[in-house]
Amino acid sequence: MSLTREEVEKVSLLARLRLSDEELDLMTAQMGQIVAYVESLSELDTENVEPMAHALEVSNVFAADELGESLDRQAALAGAPHHDREFYLVPAVLGE
Amino acid sequence: MSVLRHSATELLAQLSAGEITSVELTGACLEQIRKHDGQVKAFLRVDPERALARAADIDRRRKEKKPLGRLAGLPVAIKDLLCTQGETTTCASKILENFAPPYDGTVIARLKAADAVLVGKTNMDEFAMGGSTENSAYQKTANPWDLARIPGGSSGGSAACVAARMAPLSVGSDTGGSIRQPAGLCGVTGLKPTYGRVSRYGLVAFASSLDQIGPLARTAEDAALLLEVLAGHDPMDSTSVDLPVPKYTQTVTQPLEGARLGLVREHFGEGLDAEVESAVRAAVDVYKSLGATVKDVSLPHGKYAVATYYIIAPCEASSNLARYDGVHYGYRTDEKRMVADLAQERAALTAAGRHADVEAMDNPLVRMYRQSRAEGFGPEVKRRIMLGTYALSAGYYDAYYLKALKVRRLIRRDYDEAFKEVDLIAGPVTTSVAFKLGEKVNDPLAMYLVDLYTVSANLAGIGGIVFPCGFNTEGLPIGLQLQAPPFEEERLLRAAHMYQQATDWHQRCPPLVEG
Repeated sequence: MSLTREEVEKVSLLARLRLSDEELDLMTAQMGQIVAYVESLSELDTENVEPMAHALEVSNVFAADELGESLDRQAALAGAPHHDREFYLVPAVLGE
Repeated sequence: MSVLRHSATELLAQLSAGEITSVELTGACLEQIRKHDGQVKAFLRVDPERALARAADIDRRRKEKKPLGRLAGLPVAIKDLLCTQGETTTCASKILENFAPPYDGTVIARLKAADAVLVGKTNMDEFAMGGSTENSAYQKTANPWDLARIPGGSSGGSAACVAARMAPLSVGSDTGGSIRQPAGLCGVTGLKPTYGRVSRYGLVAFASSLDQIGPLARTAEDAALLLEVLAGHDPMDSTSVDLPVPKYTQTVTQPLEGARLGLVREHFGEGLDAEVESAVRAAVDVYKSLGATVKDVSLPHGKYAVATYYIIAPCEASSNLARYDGVHYGYRTDEKRMVADLAQERAALTAAGRHADVEAMDNPLVRMYRQSRAEGFGPEVKRRIMLGTYALSAGYYDAYYLKALKVRRLIRRDYDEAFKEVDLIAGPVTTSVAFKLGEKVNDPLAMYLVDLYTVSANLAGIGGIVFPCGFNTEGLPIGLQLQAPPFEEERLLRAAHMYQQATDWHQRCPPLVEG
């Protein structure tokens, strides 16, 4: 099954990536190639196989419910491109 | 070269005997970097003053007979995806160009507590996605054995700096072969521990169910030394395993008596370079001469490993890399220009009467995300995010992601079966020696297939070690890979050491740095 440019464009929105026209063309071709390659898995019968999400099949690792140290607000904001020492700032999305 | 011809284990003994100082040793490494890194380009950042100050402090404490850590005074290079508090950590990505983490990763904290001297951060493929270190946003690292060739990747800088004697030890990470493959191509010893053996806290995540941190060094003994410091349970990483850390440095010198080696039938098929094959077979003969028995085993699902990996890893990556949003840290696009562009687009579409397209336009926040990520990520990272997003999107999840998780189980079962018959699986690391810079950059799928012999260990979660077992006629290193059942790092290290006692491939030094 090959991918269409429209599908790739839709995925780019889901992935929060803005791709140029050239990038979309190239991505469509390259993803198509890779997807065709990974489709070899469909040859395998996996009807009764349990999926393996993780190498270590541990679950429910609990930590003691104790108050610990957390990152100081200024340290947490220090790497932000735009902040007002209290909050992260983003472009306005309302009131247009 | 002087002191740098010695292994880390030897240097540590000399340091503690007072035969050399950490300032002398660190100075020698910095001098080697100054002389050769203009060509090799293994390091993204080196801070000589800081490293020397740290070395001087350790020397002073040694003189005052104060207690010292396990690696006291030894220089260690760090792959630039481990968070170092207050110091730039870029993952070789533009999106993290100015990122200085507010904390140390666990591995970094352990190295500092062990009194290691952190000499610098090494180059890598952006976000560890790649097998040649050509995907770095900053520079291309060269293979010290031939500057026209790739060092492997993604831990290419970490492998190259050890091969070029710029640091006796380095730390890398391995998601699909990123420690083992560059170790093989640069002629050094690299170990990917069992998943869960080393804490991933403070490792910038690529594919969380596959990523594992491990040592690169010149010898198995040195890798044992570094692993002993890196390994152990960490409450900050719930996937790190609460098992005691063996004394690798004590057991590494014990030969494996009567080891049962398995050769994977499928690994010696079409596509394997003849010189690589003969070096690997010769290495197996060395083991035979040391008393090992050898038999063929089969990993029947191995041929599906690359496909499985290139579904699971991009899926996890697309989710992990969603955090780079231009809000919390990292790069954000020029907001004024972006807002102006949006207004212009809107005006143009409105004037053309394309009201449906106006409706479908990104809002300013979404456009900020998309534009920041488009400008901050390189092509391979974008490709993997796209692949992962596609494979996880509605309608495709079962066909790709779920299917891949099922095949992952089959791959793991193959190993479980094989390890009923053998103690170790031996084989090649890559189908060929290091390829030329630029050779595969325009063919992502060809680049992915380089991971053929390494990705299975990550999918199964088992450990593997790689070390040099010969050189081809062009003088390029060839690696041998050994794999063992989960948490058998001791077995891997002992087997590698036993081989290195019988051979001297690991002692060879690239002509570049000999002169």
